[in-house]
Amino acid sequence: MTRMTGADAIIRSLEAEGVDVCFGVPGGMIIDTYDALYRAIANGSKLRHVLARHEQGAGHMAEGYARASGKVGVAIATSGPGATNLITAIADAWMDSTPLVCITGQVPSYKIGTDAFQETNATGITLPIVKHSWLVQKASEIPATIKAAFHVAQTGRSGPVLVDITRDAQIAELDFKYPDHVDLPGWNPPRKVNHRQIIAAAKAILEADKPIFYVGGGIINGEASAELLELAELTNIPVVTTLTGKGGFPDSHPLHAGIPGMHGMKYSNLALNRADLVIAVGTRFDDRVTGNVAAFAPNAKVIHFEVDAAEIGKIREAQIPICAPLQPALVRLLAELRKQMPEGREGPTEWLDKIAGWKEEFPLRYDLGDMLKPQQILEAVRDATEGRDDVVWTTGVGQHQMWAMQYLVCDRPRSFITSGGLGTMGFGIPAAVGAKAARPDATVICIDGDGCFQMTSKELTTATLHGLPIIVVLLRNGYLGMVRQWQEMFYGERYSQTDLTGPIPDYAKMAEAFGAVAMTVTNAGELDAALERALAENAAGRSVLVDAVCDPKEKVFPMIPAGASAADTIEYGSHEKAEEVEAR
Amino acid sequence: MKHTLSVLVEDKPGALSRISNLFARRGYNIESLAVGQTEREGVSRITLRVDCAEHSLEQITKQIHKLVNVLRITELTPDDAVEREIALFTVAAPPERRGELMAFADHYGARVSDLGPQEIVFEMVGHPEDLDSFEELVRPYGIKEMVRTGRIGLSRAVRH
Repeated sequence: MTRMTGADAIIRSLEAEGVDVCFGVPGGMIIDTYDALYRAIANGSKLRHVLARHEQGAGHMAEGYARASGKVGVAIATSGPGATNLITAIADAWMDSTPLVCITGQVPSYKIGTDAFQETNATGITLPIVKHSWLVQKASEIPATIKAAFHVAQTGRSGPVLVDITRDAQIAELDFKYPDHVDLPGWNPPRKVNHRQIIAAAKAILEADKPIFYVGGGIINGEASAELLELAELTNIPVVTTLTGKGGFPDSHPLHAGIPGMHGMKYSNLALNRADLVIAVGTRFDDRVTGNVAAFAPNAKVIHFEVDAAEIGKIREAQIPICAPLQPALVRLLAELRKQMPEGREGPTEWLDKIAGWKEEFPLRYDLGDMLKPQQILEAVRDATEGRDDVVWTTGVGQHQMWAMQYLVCDRPRSFITSGGLGTMGFGIPAAVGAKAARPDATVICIDGDGCFQMTSKELTTATLHGLPIIVVLLRNGYLGMVRQWQEMFYGERYSQTDLTGPIPDYAKMAEAFGAVAMTVTNAGELDAALERALAENAAGRSVLVDAVCDPKEKVFPMIPAGASAADTIEYGSHEKAEEVEAR
Repeated sequence: MKHTLSVLVEDKPGALSRISNLFARRGYNIESLAVGQTEREGVSRITLRVDCAEHSLEQITKQIHKLVNVLRITELTPDDAVEREIALFTVAAPPERRGELMAFADHYGARVSDLGPQEIVFEMVGHPEDLDSFEELVRPYGIKEMVRTGRIGLSRAVRH
């Protein structure tokens, strides 16, 4: 046991958890912890801190770090506005099940409830968007609380937790000993796999004529991608991966049947819709995937593998629910299938042919034009990085995100990091900085839009100053494009408040001001050279902005309007369909 | 449909608001709520009654179960549970009507806990539905004030 202050204990606890990088912004009620951090680093601590320019950025960086590494992300902020600025990132982590420990300073315990300067009820405000939170008012409680925080964040379905620590607890002394285990009698995420359900699942899989794996972000959080690949290859069953599941199964694998959902490929939606068995793995039947729930895979039996019991049966009833950690569950399923499967079984070949036919019939399409098309830019970026296994993509939210989802090829888990559930514009750049901190050897490329860029571009400064160089490919169409698309298709072309055009800002100048190399591209001829230079500059340690001016009229297709079903897919070039669907 | 939930929680700040939040976010009102100690130190029992759809209740129950401070959650069904509640009623009771009121009270097992020249404070312990009946019966006489503790419940005794 060592005598130290609560602030020192916070830093020591983070070290004990093996944290190598944390992200944050200091302030009055967390100043003692930052002092402890300073002293720890001066004394040779390996703990690094990345100073974000805004607490929201710190939160998204911690998310990017967590999603790229599989470890818990740590964000630190002061009380009041520091804590409230973190909230968007906490909500984002909550929706996408990203393990995060957020540490916030709080006013001294004797001032709580007095509306003291920069006081806000952080545990209260975050209550609906954390797995758990703690208000710590005694120094002696710090080590056990931080231990519990890390445990809760990463066990079961991962997600964010908040530890709010009063300033007097940071200043007071304690005898430090980091506990070996946690005492949380009410926290019992599933650990076991019900074998009878596995037997039933294997039987259903072997009996199905038109089975499909429908895989979400849980496959990545649950570290079960290798088992999924083995399962798919063993049974010859096609796999669709959702936006957050992208990379959880190799995009370029012959059994990959694309991405389902509102802007997914038509063949993927058809495959899901016509299946007679949906094997859902680590996914929650999100409305962006199902559309009209009643018309979603109407003839399918559902096997639902999910670690969170509350997700099973929430949207769609599962005939075979399997509430368990995914990795051991899939291992058991593999073993059972090997036992039950007749030798020489080929799998659902007719079904695979059918899907292959749809894939041919309904490819992603766009036409070249006078201006650069966003899809064209993404294809160029994809080709420029083809064959590389070190690329981590992040995105903002909107049209560019959907095109990135459609056109980029991700063959490895943790290589595509995006804001799915919350749909947080501005996520891409700070998430990229965090991903780079997690994987310094990776090439981290953020596909961004101009709306998103203006929300969080300041974190390029952080990238520059902390030696975390990233590439930003900006699909600049001068609009809040996704809203513009809806306005064009469903709101009589009344472009209310979506026009971002005008002479300002000069994106290239902005990026340069933040220490990045910037180039503006306006035609196809410049594109490949710009991307080549971007990769070279980045490899040499510079952040780079490729500011690509593209056609504002381009829309994301295919599109299933909100609440509709796969049958109502609006394809590229069939705009009339929108009016038809809307008229109903 | 009305449901009674019995939740065992660790005695920790915020445990109650984490639970009530899951109802509030869906726009469900908690009709009655009782919190108190149990046979185990550091563990409280929350009994709450809500009117909500079956499917929502299943979701809410699962989500409550996930809360870190929650040890157990069960639904108390009328057939399998003993349920009780306490109520106090201040009823207008001019001398000429006291006889009738006392007869009702006697029938329902309500006791007089205080008495004034023009009013009586009745106290009644019983099944919540019996409390409802008594309340209906004395209402025409004029209920000046009323308070109920909210129902509490336990599973019935093991019979074998």
